[in-house]
This record gives sequence, C-alpha cells and structure tokens, in this order.
Amino acid sequence: MPVLRIPTPLRAYTSGQSDVNVNGANISEVLSDLTTQYPTIKPHLFSDSGDLRPFVNLFVGEHNIKDLQGVDTVVEDGDKIMLIPSIAGG
Amino acid sequence: MLPELSHEEILRYSRHLLIPEVGLGGQRKLKNSSAQIVGTGGLGSPVSLYLAAAGVGRIGLVDYDVVDTSNLQRQIIHGTSTVGKLKVESAKTKMLDLNPDIQVDAYNEPYTSENALRIARDYDIILDGTDNFPTRYLTNDVAVFLGKPNVYSSIFRFDGQVSVFYAKEGPCYRCLFPEPPPPGLVPSCAEGGVLGVLPGTIGTLQATEALKVLLGIGEPLIGKLLLYNALDMSFDFVKLKKNPNCRVCGPNADIKELIDYEAFCGVPGHDHEEGSAGAGLDITAQELSERVKTNHLKLLDVREPHELEISALPDAVNIPLGQLAARLPELDSAEDMVVFCKGGTRSARALELLASAGFKKVKNLKGGINAWAKEVDANLPIY
Repeated sequence: MPVLRIPTPLRAYTSGQSDVNVNGANISEVLSDLTTQYPTIKPHLFSDSGDLRPFVNLFVGEHNIKDLQGVDTVVEDGDKIMLIPSIAGG
Repeated sequence: MLPELSHEEILRYSRHLLIPEVGLGGQRKLKNSSAQIVGTGGLGSPVSLYLAAAGVGRIGLVDYDVVDTSNLQRQIIHGTSTVGKLKVESAKTKMLDLNPDIQVDAYNEPYTSENALRIARDYDIILDGTDNFPTRYLTNDVAVFLGKPNVYSSIFRFDGQVSVFYAKEGPCYRCLFPEPPPPGLVPSCAEGGVLGVLPGTIGTLQATEALKVLLGIGEPLIGKLLLYNALDMSFDFVKLKKNPNCRVCGPNADIKELIDYEAFCGVPGHDHEEGSAGAGLDITAQELSERVKTNHLKLLDVREPHELEISALPDAVNIPLGQLAARLPELDSAEDMVVFCKGGTRSARALELLASAGFKKVKNLKGGINAWAKEVDANLPIY
C-alpha cells in the first residue's frame, strides 16, 4: 500500500507517526483512510465544506497533485505520498 | 567592468580562485554583487557569515530585534557579549571581523510594505531567513515585483525547506503556498522549538544557493524544493511548477502592489511569544496574583506535558491546546478560569476556542507563565 509522509507539525495528530500506511487507489481514498485512522487530523486538511485546504500540498513522488489530477490522482502500492507543510521558522 | 582584486584579496580568496568554476572572474563577480538578507536570526547567522566570508561585496541585513540569551542556542553570529545589542549591529561587527573588505548595510527596522521595495531595490538577490508568515509573503512579493531571485529557506523543529523562487524563470513562493495556514495551526519556533543546529544545516544550503545564483554556476533550486528532516536524515526533492492562477506572478495576477501582510496572514510579523487575547480578555500576572488570594479560580495550562518539567503553577490543570477541543467536557463553563501557556499565544487561541464553545468566564494570562516568573515568582525559570 502507499505510504504517506506526515510533516512534523501534523504528527501530533498521528500519534507521532512520521509514515502512515494508507489504503486507497487515489488521493481522495488515501486521505479518507488517513482521516479514518486519525480523525483529529481532518480539520487541518479539509475545510468545513469538505474541500482540501489551499495551503495543503500533497506530492506523489516528486509531483504536486495540483499538476496531476488533484485528489483523483491515482496511487499505487509503494508510492510515496508527501504532505508538504507550510513552515515559517527562521 | 568588474572590480579588480587586491593582492590581499587574492590571498584571502585563494581557495576560491583555485576552483575553475569560480576562479578570478567569479571572485570579481562576487565582489561586484550584493545580497539582502531578511532576518538576522537562526538562518541569517550562517547565511550572513558565509556570504561575508565568500566576499559578496555588499550585504544588507534587515532586523529590528535585539540579541536575547534564548537566541544563542542557534544564532551563532551573535554572542553572550552582544546580548541586549541590536542584532544587525552585532552581526555586522562579526562579519567585518571575518572580512573587512566587504560592505555591510544594517537596516535596524521591521521589514514592512512601507520600506521593503526601497531597501530591496539596491540588491541583486534577496535571501528569506525570516521567522514568520507575513514577512515571508512580503519578501516573496517584493522579489516578484522587482524581478529578483528569492533564495528561500524555512525551519521548524527538525524539518527544513530550501528553494530558489524566481518568477522570471520558475514558480514563486505563492505558486506553492497561495494562502498561509490559518493562525495557530503551525506553531512558530518560539512556541514549538527548533533544533539549534538545524538552521546551520539549512542556512548553509541557502547560502550555497545564493552563491550559485550570484556566480551563475551549477543548477540552482529553481522549480525544485528540498525537504530535509534531521531525525530521519532524509533529503527529498520535489518539483515545483508555476501556478497559472498565481495571484502575483500568474498571467492573470491581481495583486500588483504590496498588501497588508499581517492582515492577510492573521498573525503579527514577528515571532515573539507575548500573546494577548485582546481588550478585556487578558489578565496580567500581577492581577492574577491578587485574584488568587481572594477568589477561587481554575487555572488551565495549555502547554505540552514536557514543558511542565521546566516550570508549572500548582493546582493548574494541563490540557495541551491540540487536545482542548476533544476534552472540553472536562471543563465547567460556569467556573471562573484563567488560561495560560509559555508566553500567551497558545492560550489566546485556547480562549477563542473556549469562547466559541460558550465559555464566557475565561481570561488569558498575558505573557504566559514567563510573565508570572518575571513579575510574581522569581523562583520559576523563564524559557
């Protein structure tokens, strides 16, 4: 199954897990599985209307899903999915 | 015409002159070049030291802060002897000691929409080493409007990011992050901490990219983002594309001039944790010390459990901010309550959450437990 890399700021909501194994054939299903496993992460990724928040960047391999098919982007076994956080420290 | 190098400079830069990719021509190019560094903190420390050492002819430093003891765990351009002094002056002294042949321009002022274009106009490249979202968006927009490369890096706890945002040749910061995260979602380093060596790792990568851009060698990180995690010792690269809907660099851009970035991000343009919940919602440490003598008050500590080992108030109940929404049933809205954290920022967020859940008798301890330590109980440490 694909693996989703969780950035440090969001690990508080995945019991500290940095890599979460997720089920799903596309990004939408993968995120649904993630929020089922870790419900408290949901408001950080989705707006109240259920859309992915604009500051949430997801990459499959080295490609942004915004440059692919968005949440319909197909994922396969072993794919590395990364959630890229907005961080501002300096 | 590029400036000549003196014999002294030739000796100083000898190890550069030996590299064919730099050589005499490259070193003269660096001497003729200029770089503006926004922020003289964790990232700004290694960046300004290495650009000075490398012989970048003119370096501008923008920061309005003074050196604090809590900076020295990572801000290695400063020192114990410069605590309390202006950061730009502390840094300038160190840089000129390292290399007296360069010019350092110190701008002891906040970087804002009023002065940013005026300052940045005179430099070839801009380096973003700031510590907050408003200044990052400002720095990006300035670079886009002036057509200059924005060498970017950012850090949090164990994570770092590096890229070169250059709208003429690739995406800008807003192409990747069109909007900032909502206030409070991403803790700052003052709230969440940062490994001291992390800005060293990331800042030296940022300085490397700046030198590559100034020299015109190698492949700068234009259209690429480097993601580093110190715990995993992982370096990942992802590809960034220009966003056709980008509001500052896209074909239909509607942002044509600098905006109010603090309003856009909903947070202040600095990373000082001295949070206030707003008029009528704060209680000072002095006031609280009087109140607890006569009234029963519930004290709610919204810090992380490991912070309680540093300092704590007796009888306070600990519910970390991240768990508060789920643990509201443990609290009684009829009870008078004071919420606190380290400096007052997280507790101000907690207050908003409690207010929206119908809690009306809640106050925020202004300045947090650090203010209590400073004004009421000197036995507690400040962190």
